[in-house]
Amino acid sequence: MSLRTGTFHENYAQEMATLSSRRQWGTVAALLVFLFVCPLFLSDRMLTILTTMGIAVVSIHGLNILTGYCGQISIGHSGFMAVGGYTSAILCAKLGWPFWAALPCGALAAGIAGLLFGLPSLKIKGFYLIMATIAAQFIIIWIIIQLRSITGGTDGLLVPKPVIGGIVLSSKTNYYYLVMVFVVLSTITAHNIVRTRAGRAFIAIRDNDLAAEVMGVSLWSYKLQAFFIGCIYAGVAGSLLVHYVRFASIEQFPFMDSVWYLGMLIVGGMGSTAGAIFGVVALKLLDELVTVAGPILAAAVAPQAAASLALISHGLIIIIFLIFEPRGLHHRWEMIKTYFRLWPFSHQEIE
Amino acid sequence: MTFFLQLVVTGLAQGMVYALIAIGFVIILKCSEVFNIAQGHFVMIGGYLGWTFLVPFGLPIWAALLAAIAVAVVMGLLIERLMLRPLIGQPVLAVVMMTIALSTVLGGLATLLWGAEYKAYHGLLPTITMKVGEISIPSESLIGLIVSIICVALLMLLFRYTKIGLAMRATAEDLQVVQSVGIKATTVYAASWIIASVVGVIGGILLGGVSGANMDLALIGLKAFAVVLLGGVNSIGGAIVAGIILGMLENVAAGYLDPLLPGGGLAQVFPFFVMIIVLVFRPHGLFGLAHIQRV
Repeated sequence: MSLRTGTFHENYAQEMATLSSRRQWGTVAALLVFLFVCPLFLSDRMLTILTTMGIAVVSIHGLNILTGYCGQISIGHSGFMAVGGYTSAILCAKLGWPFWAALPCGALAAGIAGLLFGLPSLKIKGFYLIMATIAAQFIIIWIIIQLRSITGGTDGLLVPKPVIGGIVLSSKTNYYYLVMVFVVLSTITAHNIVRTRAGRAFIAIRDNDLAAEVMGVSLWSYKLQAFFIGCIYAGVAGSLLVHYVRFASIEQFPFMDSVWYLGMLIVGGMGSTAGAIFGVVALKLLDELVTVAGPILAAAVAPQAAASLALISHGLIIIIFLIFEPRGLHHRWEMIKTYFRLWPFSHQEIE
Repeated sequence: MTFFLQLVVTGLAQGMVYALIAIGFVIILKCSEVFNIAQGHFVMIGGYLGWTFLVPFGLPIWAALLAAIAVAVVMGLLIERLMLRPLIGQPVLAVVMMTIALSTVLGGLATLLWGAEYKAYHGLLPTITMKVGEISIPSESLIGLIVSIICVALLMLLFRYTKIGLAMRATAEDLQVVQSVGIKATTVYAASWIIASVVGVIGGILLGGVSGANMDLALIGLKAFAVVLLGGVNSIGGAIVAGIILGMLENVAAGYLDPLLPGGGLAQVFPFFVMIIVLVFRPHGLFGLAHIQRV
């Protein structure tokens, strides 16, 4: 870690602090204030985009712990979100639970589903684990369809308006604030989980699982912990999504979403909390661009051009990042920061 | 009994589709340790290419086949050179995401060029119909079976008697040794992508000739991985056997269990259940080699 000029660490607490200078505190405070005042001047459309981005960020933090830090690749994240979303939807709609109690239960249910489908990871890794998680995605959705009497099957399930402490979260602004609270909480917890003993064990497993095991890291325990924690985030995100739309349906949790979540992680940069956020923002902005450009292209070229533009642009951006910047936007951002840290007296940096 | 046999025969047809996809997948995997998620898309593209050359271009069958193979060779070469070569030595996730991205790009191209529509060209290809008792065996499964057996026979000959085949087997065994004796690994990789793409496209044309070209073939590609895992990821013969087993099991299970389940649709997820079971209890499949790991 290279420090900014003029920043000195004099004790252990300073060494361990996430935000080490006044300027960093200032930046974070400014960002929070900006998020807080956003609804005052942004349109409903923009708030919707920010809210969906927020939900995705919560989910991606989980995937980042699981895949980015622990190296257990999961292409079933959207399925785990479905578990969380449906659990809290059923608790609210069928049993009349309050929103604040249903959400943690949804998260827990997703975590348990994660444990269950994480079991194969004890024996297999790499591509085999990818296939197991893809299977998890399809099996979860199939089970949801089978449990028609409580989930509504393919028809979906209406979810009542979420209420917290007498405040009905029915407007876009209300829900935006709720999601942003979760974004901030999940970012703080995600950033700190990877600095704990468990987090270091995750990184050791990712870098070389056999070596980690020889060093005394229990693969059995930590791989399952990674699945549990990662899927809890997915569960929270899933229940936020379901209560936002106030409708739970299997179309909200398609297989391709699981793929794009990994794509977001690659574009943003794996194994970094900031990277997860960068990735979500970048790919969601691309989505919006496609929504705007699609109809224009469809009118100019052919009616099917809009659909193909969405597929091709998403595929291409992942290909481009994999080839030219496999460490993602986060790495770019670090390089820019390093450059300006020494600016204007820059010298040749040694990698 | 007739019901059971009909299910088995339909399953055979499904199994042959799986096998055709699985063969291409295994070839690439054997040589370059790349897991090609887009193999099902090669088959889909093949189906559409067959339609393009046979219907709007009106070529005779042999010319259409040659033209499609030519396109497949170029496609395989371009994909290997532009997308996979920069990723040599990268982690599994990067490679898998690359092939997933490739599959979406191929899907997007197919949508753009052919409008994601169902394109039929029945009757232009020779069909074989066979009846055993009251059960009619669909021409799809027979053609699939014949083509996959021919493919496997040709590939066996290629692997056994040609220089490039030997190089491919050696690369699968040990990359460093191969490079130290002066074999260009990149040539081997390119060859494996070309072969996989050609196998996929030929399979696609035949399937398209029977059931029409459509986007669903790409989705079947995902289910075909259950076949690959069941057969053992590095066994070409295993891919065919497992394809037939899984196709039949899937249809029989769905035929008998679907009426008992409220939502049905067991055939759609059955391969994934098999996948999990295989992964947990026998990760190297029926005919694959167990992988021993050292630090």
